[in-house]
Amino acid sequence: MTKLVEKAASLLREGAVIKVIGYEEGSNKTRPFFCEKAEDVERLIYNGRCTNNLAVYLTKPELLGSGKVAVVATVPTMRSIAQLVKENQLKEEKFLLLTVTKEDEVVEFSGFKEMNDYLADIQLVIDTKEQELINKLDGMNREQRWAFWQQELSSCFKCYACRAACPLCYCSRCVVEVNAPQWIEPWASPLGNMEWHINRAMHLAGRCTGCGACSDACPLGIPIHLLTHKMMEDIDRDFGATFNNSGNVLSTYKVEDKEDFIR
Amino acid sequence: MEKLYINKNGLDQWFKQMIKGGSHVYAPVQGRDKVDFKRVTELSEVASDFVQTTQSIKKAVFPKAESLFSYQKSGKNVEVQDFDALSVSDKVLWKIRPCDAAGFASLTGIFNWDYKDKPYNTRLEKTTLVSFSCSKSDSYCFCTSVNGGPGSTVGSDIQITMLPGEGALVEVLTSKGKALVELSADSFEQLSKEIDKELYLAKVPVHFALEQVKEKLSVAFDSPVWQQQSERCLGCGACAFVCPTCACFDIQEDAKGSAGRRIRCWDSCGFSLFTLHTSGHNPRPTQSTRWRQRILHKFSYMPERIQKMGCTGCGRCSRACPVDMNILEHLTSIAE
Repeated sequence: MTKLVEKAASLLREGAVIKVIGYEEGSNKTRPFFCEKAEDVERLIYNGRCTNNLAVYLTKPELLGSGKVAVVATVPTMRSIAQLVKENQLKEEKFLLLTVTKEDEVVEFSGFKEMNDYLADIQLVIDTKEQELINKLDGMNREQRWAFWQQELSSCFKCYACRAACPLCYCSRCVVEVNAPQWIEPWASPLGNMEWHINRAMHLAGRCTGCGACSDACPLGIPIHLLTHKMMEDIDRDFGATFNNSGNVLSTYKVEDKEDFIR
Repeated sequence: MEKLYINKNGLDQWFKQMIKGGSHVYAPVQGRDKVDFKRVTELSEVASDFVQTTQSIKKAVFPKAESLFSYQKSGKNVEVQDFDALSVSDKVLWKIRPCDAAGFASLTGIFNWDYKDKPYNTRLEKTTLVSFSCSKSDSYCFCTSVNGGPGSTVGSDIQITMLPGEGALVEVLTSKGKALVELSADSFEQLSKEIDKELYLAKVPVHFALEQVKEKLSVAFDSPVWQQQSERCLGCGACAFVCPTCACFDIQEDAKGSAGRRIRCWDSCGFSLFTLHTSGHNPRPTQSTRWRQRILHKFSYMPERIQKMGCTGCGRCSRACPVDMNILEHLTSIAE
């Protein structure tokens, strides 16, 4: 019995939480698991293959029920939780946050602040394959980049898996569904696809935590996380680091802004 | 049905004649890390080693967005241009799987249920389906549990089974298939001896009895199983959009000034917006009610209404799902 299973069993048995949102073994991959009964705790697992960002479920009241919920959070999940907290989307008393260390020790956070402190020491790591794609994009001129994205986004069929998998896409009504006026062509087309993905990236500007859930979810394998990744880079460069300062770029205004146009 | 033999050179020759004849040929092509249907002009472009393409090829007859008619207003006059059947080109869908071919029968049932849909039927008439039987499968495949099989010819105009060495068995199943073969009749040979196709097919185990699933579903509307199975579902449309039989659509207006088009585009019963009323009421308010609809529509409503299954066991939805909603696993547990 792993320490995570032991912890989940005691939390459920003692009634400290009504469910534990974690991971279980799925078909050829791991998947999110909502564990509500002490007899199911053995199904809970935690390892490097657990890649779904569970923060996506934390803004869905119908899934959480009434009572405290434990979340087995990976580092990307914690980063998303931190951003959701910043945006006033999560109530501290609703969640008990857990994570598992490399040594399989369970860490229980006393609250969001302790989780943030734990995160502060962990750098965002970009794997080699990612970096290669980023370098490839950086090496392109404007026309080449435009052609790259036109080609990539032309295959999008607007299943909105990117939106559904993103913990920060929690709007109850998405801009793409507003039809009076209709800002974005709702059907899949070269123009409508481009409009959707540019809007998605802009709405995540300064908010995206770089978890990659959007492109992991894309059934067509479009590397759309690179749009928000590049946005993060730009914001870091132009406005300062995104993570640990408060507020977000699109809703922050400073009188001493260096740009004139905004004054 | 006629059975013929073709060797590698013959196959090349025949393919060239198809392209020369002006048909648009769509076939699986290896992309960065997915295999998907693309228009091809050379046989060498076609992917060889794959179980299944990411997307189905339903877009050949049911495009992700299509214009049903267009209009132009001038003063009090409105000129309406109906769907232009002449704009539809002849297509050959090459190297589709038997489960893809079976999917067309379901789509045809849907698009002819109470009304004969002109764009769909026009496109289908001009499309020839060349399936390749499957020599391998994966753990997501379950065609044999839904009346299909790795060598099933249902829905195909031609079925090709690759034989050891470089030749192939060609089963010519319909008059459309015959016409395609006649483009290059010299490329084919008569069979010198009977070929047992079964020897070259993947072994796809039967996982559940379809009748049992149907029986269980007939009393499952209020079952807690829907909520249990759908908890992790994110409510995206990936499963519906890769599916060879999902046909939910939306109607949109593309109006600019005094001209416009009416567009039909893919939609999904998994989206919360799909059943949202103007009043704000939603008869399927939760993901579990939408998941129930997906399963009941495919395995209960469609068989009842149009005598067609809404699932061919291709497994694409399970492979595409970001949270591993595995339809085979869910159906098996319903059947038990």
